[in-house]
Amino acid sequence: MSVLVLIEPDDELALQAVTLARSLGGPVQGISIGPADAPVDVLHVAQVDGSYAPGAWAAAVVQLVERLAPSAVVAPGSDRGNEVLAHVAARLDLPLAANVTEMRGDEVTRQRWGGSLLEEARLGEGLKLLTAAPHAFEAAAGRAGATESFAPALAEADTAVRVVESVGASTGGISLAEAKVVVSGGRGVGSAEGFAVLEELAGLLGGAVGCSRVVTSAGWRPHADQVGQTGTKVSPELYVACGISGATQHIAGCKGAKKLLAINGDPEATIFAHADYAVIGDLHEILPAISAELRKARAA
Amino acid sequence: MRILVAVKRVPITGGRIVLTDDGQAIQTRHLGFTISPHEECGVEEAVRIVEAQGGEVVVLTLGPAEAEEQLRECMAIGADRGIHLVSDEEWDAQATAAALVEAIRAEAPFDLIVFGNESADAGNYQVGIRVAYALGLPIVTGLKGLVVSDGRARAEQETASGRDVYEVGLPAIVTVKEGLNLPRYPSVPAKLRANRKPVAAQAVGRPPSRLQKLRLVVPAGRGKQAEILGRGPEAAPAVVEIMRRLGVA
Repeated sequence: MSVLVLIEPDDELALQAVTLARSLGGPVQGISIGPADAPVDVLHVAQVDGSYAPGAWAAAVVQLVERLAPSAVVAPGSDRGNEVLAHVAARLDLPLAANVTEMRGDEVTRQRWGGSLLEEARLGEGLKLLTAAPHAFEAAAGRAGATESFAPALAEADTAVRVVESVGASTGGISLAEAKVVVSGGRGVGSAEGFAVLEELAGLLGGAVGCSRVVTSAGWRPHADQVGQTGTKVSPELYVACGISGATQHIAGCKGAKKLLAINGDPEATIFAHADYAVIGDLHEILPAISAELRKARAA
Repeated sequence: MRILVAVKRVPITGGRIVLTDDGQAIQTRHLGFTISPHEECGVEEAVRIVEAQGGEVVVLTLGPAEAEEQLRECMAIGADRGIHLVSDEEWDAQATAAALVEAIRAEAPFDLIVFGNESADAGNYQVGIRVAYALGLPIVTGLKGLVVSDGRARAEQETASGRDVYEVGLPAIVTVKEGLNLPRYPSVPAKLRANRKPVAAQAVGRPPSRLQKLRLVVPAGRGKQAEILGRGPEAAPAVVEIMRRLGVA
């Protein structure tokens, strides 16, 4: 039996979903809405007109499932992947395991608490519906196989909810999600004005400023700057956590960082258990010293 | 406007998750509780809509007897009354959705039903969508912007490149994300008023789970010992050296 995987064009998470699909054994078939490129044995391209409509995507998946009778359907653990597969699960009245990190037979391991906790669970008999936890799998590589086109039959209700307008981001600067360096502040920064020393260092490094949930709840920074389970998930080369205690809510957002430097006045802070590098002391003294040192090094 | 908001009691985990001896739950003896951050914004949004347009906000939860605390917190923010489906057990997403659908049908009609995009603890990403299918209502998920007027909702999602906008007629279901608004801190008088607002509680029995939890596991840590670069501003040269080595300086 084959495994069907939902492909979104140019989506790293979709390639990771292909890796989970391959681990289940059997041929891997893909479904994309419109053209895409993916290392699957056969890519079924659904001809669906117009903008994103979750119900239409789910209808296409369900119709292909009926034709191919796969053992599992895997989607990327993205907003759309989780959404479309939840629609499919509701339509087929089947359980859905979201953000799976591993599957063995009928058993899955999946993420809870944004990955701070794992759940081992059993999916019942029949078709398995899974989304692949982001960054739990390598991206699949290889050549694309054959492509087949099909036109799903859509009811009016399938397209009742659809994107009617897409608005570009108006903010300038480097986006938090894509920055190579994130300088992030927590309660220890003390005030909105206190972020000036973080801004200065981030500016020098061509990075972005982030913050913890405490900071956005206090109104010191906008929610768009929040790194965490319910904020942005970041994966920079270096994450500088300043005055951040290290709650699971925050770690869920920054555990994708390659290296973590923690600056904190409390040597017992939990953040140090997640850090590669530690500086103990007052961030309001340390950050200006780092900025000055960087300037000095560049002038030399 | 009649608006229903579904919320879930979850522990405030702090820095480290500790499990019960049987590995079936988080050890919560020393923890406080709250609702998911997404849901806090859902309650705030519903209250703002009703403050502006009139109507009623009902909060609905499935959880243990202690979850009344969370219903009271929502009522302190401005919800008018609570519905409490009482069960000590953990329900899977399908069973949760079915129980909520039954409770919603008994109180219908609502113009708007609000969920968090996903719960903080289980993170199943599906209960709101299952409820929408059962009730035959349109659903838009993951919202960071919502305008309700003239029987319609204009809903915005944040995307990597900007915002996607949806428009649906009411009644509809939405799931929201933190950042939709900045929830208020309830005042002391509001908390006292919340204690006098009505909560309808009803015991419910859990059907068998179709996604059957076997055990919880705390993932192995990174197993690293942080390299201490120094104390205070004297550490700056060592930090810059590390930044240069990582190629970011």
